[in-house]
Amino acid sequence: MNDNVAVIGVGLGNVGERWDKSLRELAIESIWMAFEDSGIDNVDALYVGNMSSGPFIEQENIGTLIADFAGLGSIPAVKIEAACGSGGAAFIEGYMAIKSGMYDCVLVTGVEKMTDVLPSKTTSILANASDRDYEAFHGVSFVALNALVMRRYMHEFNVKREDLSIFPVISHKNAPFSKHAMYRKELTHQTVINSPMIADPLTLMDCAPICDGSASVILCSEKKAREFTDAPIIVSGVGLATDTLGVHDRKQMTTLSAAVEASRKAYKMAGVTPKDIDIAEIHDAFSIMSALSLEDLGFVKKGEAAKMGLEGQYYIGGQLPINLYGGLKARGHPVGATGVYQIGELVYSLRGDGRVDAEKGLAENIGGSGSTVSVCVLERGD
Amino acid sequence: MNVPRHWREQVRRYRLLGSKCCDCEEISFPYRLVCPKCRSRKCEDYALIGKGKILSFTDINSPPQEHKYNMPYAVALIGLVEGPIITAQITDARAEELEIGMDVEMVTRKIMEYNEDGIICYGYKFRPIVKYAHP
Repeated sequence: MNDNVAVIGVGLGNVGERWDKSLRELAIESIWMAFEDSGIDNVDALYVGNMSSGPFIEQENIGTLIADFAGLGSIPAVKIEAACGSGGAAFIEGYMAIKSGMYDCVLVTGVEKMTDVLPSKTTSILANASDRDYEAFHGVSFVALNALVMRRYMHEFNVKREDLSIFPVISHKNAPFSKHAMYRKELTHQTVINSPMIADPLTLMDCAPICDGSASVILCSEKKAREFTDAPIIVSGVGLATDTLGVHDRKQMTTLSAAVEASRKAYKMAGVTPKDIDIAEIHDAFSIMSALSLEDLGFVKKGEAAKMGLEGQYYIGGQLPINLYGGLKARGHPVGATGVYQIGELVYSLRGDGRVDAEKGLAENIGGSGSTVSVCVLERGD
Repeated sequence: MNVPRHWREQVRRYRLLGSKCCDCEEISFPYRLVCPKCRSRKCEDYALIGKGKILSFTDINSPPQEHKYNMPYAVALIGLVEGPIITAQITDARAEELEIGMDVEMVTRKIMEYNEDGIICYGYKFRPIVKYAHP
């Protein structure tokens, strides 16, 4: 068994409507960046985080596809799927591979190619993350599932739609700094409130965009990492948990039980409490998910996340800066790649990018409507 | 090829068949092979009466492609009187008429057509229970 696991390389490809690049080209782009960042170019295994290469581009077996075209040799290469939480789940597979001592160095690549199909087809493919026979069959889109949870949350905790609209503003605030982000601009609160309704009470600007992207990180043991750097970033805790597939089967519809459970495991492994976390990458696919996440990860009491957001506590300089590279909303949400982008962005912040001085950070990646949640705690190893 | 997929679900959809645990009596919808409460494998079909209250709702302006001919439509989470919560479309009412707590009842309606197999799928929807004033 290895001691600690470290991240020694990060590559974050530009997120956007990248019609000129195929899935394999996007993946190779981020892999090359991660190799260059780490100083190595050989790995023992590849874990690919990807949600829906089959429905999106009619290509499966993408572990092999990427290993082959990236020239990685005959290494083990598999795809890990947990809907929008695929990236975080793949990262945890990579973590376990190093921790177990099975491999010395692995590559985790998140990739999604979403823009080769029309938006209504994308809406249909994303609905595959819900219960096809008992949710999606009835015409419930993914946005709609989140809207159902949001209206219930507003009802139970007496929170206004306009208050929750602060979360896209928070994520966009950090986006101009984020070179790989899809929308590198700030948003005003009024823009979010007044944007067109997609599924009442969720507006267009409450929702993360459809896009293409790929992110890669390289993991190895801390001992090996110290051959390359004096300041490796250590993965000090990970947790993965599931909840019921359907929103209708949740005992508490407005609690992400999987986030509660995954974070409990990650905090315990890292020996920390939520108070020790300096920065966080939160899965803000929809404004309501930001609020539920912050509450269920233990950062704020139920029903009070939007209030804290309106007070400015989630901006840089506040109590807990979140989504320092734009979050899903502004960086973009290439679904299966998102969890790996979050890890890479956390590594950038912890290494020090001149904006925050953080020792410990957390990344939270959600699959489905909260049916899979991964939580990773990373810290500076200097 | 989706025909068997819809064919095998039709009785459950038309009769609103869930399941009941023979050991702890937990009622589930959709039906379960393993009781989510006590993990018993003894679950039997259980017909729900199709009445409940709206717990949350939304209207859909950007539907998945197989539902685009139905747009706009409302969907809701409905707390059934027997306990389970069900996701379904609301019919015979506009989204702006809906509110949390409203009493609704099941009806059988067309869910989608013009899908890739050309089959017409029926299933449950729910409508507000209206008390008519008789002359």
